[in-house]
Amino acid sequence: MCVALPGKVIETNGMVGKVDFQGNIVNVSLGVVDAKVGDYVLVHAGCAIEVMQKDAAEEIIELFAELETMHNES
Amino acid sequence: MNLETIIKEIGEYKGPNLKFMEVCGTHTASIFKNGIKSLLPTGLKLISGPGCPVCVTPSAYIDKAIEWAKKPDCVLLTFGDMMKVPGFTHSLSEAKAEGANVEIMYSPHEVLKKAGSNPSKTYVIACVGFETTVPVYSLLIKQLEENNISNVKLLTALRQVLPALEFICSTDSEIDAFIAPGHASTILGSDAYRNLALDYKKPFAVAGFEAEHVVIAIYDLIKQMEKGKHEVHNLYPSAVRPEGNKTALETIDQYFTSGPAYWRGIGTIENSGLYLREPYMKYDAGSLGLSDDADKQTSKCRCGEVILGKINPDECPMFGKACTPLKAKGPCMVSTEGTCGIWYRFSDRK
Ligand code: SF4
Repeated sequence: MCVALPGKVIETNGMVGKVDFQGNIVNVSLGVVDAKVGDYVLVHAGCAIEVMQKDAAEEIIELFAELETMHNES
Repeated sequence: MNLETIIKEIGEYKGPNLKFMEVCGTHTASIFKNGIKSLLPTGLKLISGPGCPVCVTPSAYIDKAIEWAKKPDCVLLTFGDMMKVPGFTHSLSEAKAEGANVEIMYSPHEVLKKAGSNPSKTYVIACVGFETTVPVYSLLIKQLEENNISNVKLLTALRQVLPALEFICSTDSEIDAFIAPGHASTILGSDAYRNLALDYKKPFAVAGFEAEHVVIAIYDLIKQMEKGKHEVHNLYPSAVRPEGNKTALETIDQYFTSGPAYWRGIGTIENSGLYLREPYMKYDAGSLGLSDDADKQTSKCRCGEVILGKINPDECPMFGKACTPLKAKGPCMVSTEGTCGIWYRFSDRK
């Protein structure tokens, strides 16, 4: 129910915009995010809930690196 | 550190028995889909929490929705997940088969166009969800106000994650640590769990939904437990900020206020519901006090215990027999993110 999917913003027009989900273009509400064209946003029930800072693959690589410092320091 | 070492270390855990709760149904689905349970040592159990808003919606809510759908010139809009949830006697899907006006929506914003072009009809939206979904409704009310649309009403069963977690922490100390829901945390922020972690001395890991994300969170929680830590670690920083999405939180606060809410199978949890604030009550479709629960009176469904992690679905005598996704006795079997439904669909991967 709380699933949200990342897509790329290709057009913005105030509170609404168009987001590209791997070729599927969908109208999305941008009312609670500060998104620019080119940003990746996390979309839930037709509404962008956050601008993604990076993609999942990149994040996972960084987390592996961080875990080491997080748990080895003390 | 890489995935192999982490999986190896998790599998080699030999400390005291641990129970971790994954709060969110999307995590439960990811755990089963990716066969993560097979990686766990015998001393570690993953328990599915109350994180499926569809599963905790009371029967009285479904009945109220059906009541609207049966009125002339009235259309009830709902997410598809809600269609088969049993009410006292009927589900929305059965009511639709009998002629009630029920339509499935993909986004609540669809109603703007419909309501605008059919002013003689009343559109009632079944608003079910956690913090992830509430901003969607806030934005909708904003647009209803701006466009002067008065033929839309909201039947809300909106729930807040933190009071539910507080309830679990205060009534059931068996859970040692929590995998916090990724997308509700996008709105709430990882700092939102700090007080719970401190007050109840339980570690929290905010996690994304890829298999690696979940494995990393499990590893982090084991390490925290081993070191006696009870911190909140944000392991989904691509989508979750410590402070959350402030604009979204402000819009929630602008239109909604908290109050007691009934969780199916569990009971009433103080401050766990969100209701329209007074100036916007004109949009409300009778959402207050919907607290009757068919499960208690008429069926032996044990969803409440499943949701609180007290039993596994296969310990319910009806699981897989009287209760299957095609003929569900309880909401946990209906929803794609309900624990019973996930266990049933992935029963080969326990
Ligand atoms: S198996 Fe069915 S009846 Fe049993 S707890 Fe789950 S949903 Fe309820």
